[in-house]
Amino acid sequence: MGLTDLLSAALLIFGGFFFLAGTLGLLRFPDVYTRLHALTKADNVGLGLMVIGLAVQAESLAAVSKLILIWLLVLLAGASVANLIANKALQKGVRRWQR
Amino acid sequence: MNNVLFYALVGVGLFSIGLYALIIQAHLLRKILALNVMGSGVFLVLIALAGRSGEAAPDAVPHAMVITGIVVAVSATALALTLMLRLAAATGSAELTEEQ
Amino acid sequence: MATVTLLAWLLDSLLGLGLLWLGWRALTCADLFKAIVLFIAFGLLIALAWVRLDAPDVALAEAAIGAGLTGALLLAALARLTSIETDKVATEQAEATPPKRLASWFPAIIMLFFTAGLGYTLLSLSPYAAGLAPEVAANLDSSGVINPVTAVLLNFRGYDTLLEVVVLLLALLGVWSIGGAIESRQDRPGPVLDLLTRLLTPLLILVAAYLLWVGAHAPGGAFQAGSVLAAAGVLLLLGGWRLPPKLTALSLRLALVAGPGAFIAMAAFTLLMQGQLLEFPPAQAGMLILVLETVATFSIGTTLTALFLGGRPQHKEKP
Repeated sequence: MGLTDLLSAALLIFGGFFFLAGTLGLLRFPDVYTRLHALTKADNVGLGLMVIGLAVQAESLAAVSKLILIWLLVLLAGASVANLIANKALQKGVRRWQR
Repeated sequence: MNNVLFYALVGVGLFSIGLYALIIQAHLLRKILALNVMGSGVFLVLIALAGRSGEAAPDAVPHAMVITGIVVAVSATALALTLMLRLAAATGSAELTEEQ
Repeated sequence: MATVTLLAWLLDSLLGLGLLWLGWRALTCADLFKAIVLFIAFGLLIALAWVRLDAPDVALAEAAIGAGLTGALLLAALARLTSIETDKVATEQAEATPPKRLASWFPAIIMLFFTAGLGYTLLSLSPYAAGLAPEVAANLDSSGVINPVTAVLLNFRGYDTLLEVVVLLLALLGVWSIGGAIESRQDRPGPVLDLLTRLLTPLLILVAAYLLWVGAHAPGGAFQAGSVLAAAGVLLLLGGWRLPPKLTALSLRLALVAGPGAFIAMAAFTLLMQGQLLEFPPAQAGMLILVLETVATFSIGTTLTALFLGGRPQHKEKP
């Protein structure tokens, strides 16, 4: 296992840990707004780490730029969809969780 | 032994689960979901069996058949959903009762 | 290397068991919305299974059509269904009844026997069977493309693909003949959806063109490209865009018929020229396949978008 393999393995595992945290937030947080927050933040960072981990192994600059494009698209889609869901929930009157 | 046999068995399991749900569920939308799950089970069996070629690349003909199958499944689902909506508009509910 | 195969085995078993569990939960969930969401997740896991089974073209098609477009169709149908079944749904959700079932133990026993029989048949198949792979590999050079799946889809089994695009058109005809257009919501899309649509639609068209072009020598092809176009179409429809009325009559129908029409024309042409149905001469096969794929992509995208709309578009302008 060369140095690049170890590095990308570490980055992938680290990114996976962020995904795990996001999923834990999805399951355990009390209302839809906090769940959206946990999901989008953790998954974006997790995917970014995984993209870097894969980009270390990529064979050309084109592949790296495709990976980064995928990450940017997921960021865009995640943020917009989170906004749309939260807006719809507000419209329907879903109450925010109070302590 | 690679994962071919395992995925084929999973495909058979999905087909059976889908068929069981198709028979016992009364709501039409659930029946459509069950049909889709059955289709996915069949596709799993096809592609798993296509990977039995050993060291060489997998057999491309079942891959093409499954791509065709996925597209046909989505068009059948769309038609079935429209029929269900028409039935619901005509009778007031999408659940089949015991008499139907 | 033993740890790598152990990890691969762990991944495969987790994926397979997850598929079975998700399939079961999607079909027996009490809430229909949750069931559809679980089904979309199931579709994504199946796409991963395709990748594990060395079928990247099928994975692309499944992720776009099987998980994405089918999920969108199901959610749209559920929304329309709940607006039809107003009172009945309200009382049932108040009681939180489990999904209504018919007699369930007899089919369960039959199903167990059935599964056992199928499983036994599978186990008695030989573990190594080359299938048609040698024939495909031997004839790949004369097919005009390098990707064997594209070669099979558009050259060796082009007849099946012709029938498939005709089936798509038939499904759309069925949907159109059942009812008129569903009334479109008059409210303008919010700024976020508007921006998302404006950013993504050109990008999706570009990705579709890329998938179409690269399908000759890498995973991709007409159906994957067509489904990405359909995704752009669905996004536009969700943002409230509709075709301008003067395009909904002849131009829309031309666009829908172009794909099957081109296939049938090509079939007739090869039948007349060479006496064999859809047999391409090896020198022009690559170009012919690309032309067929381009027209088919456009037609598939339009047909799938029209299937999502769910009704014939109105001819007169809405007020």
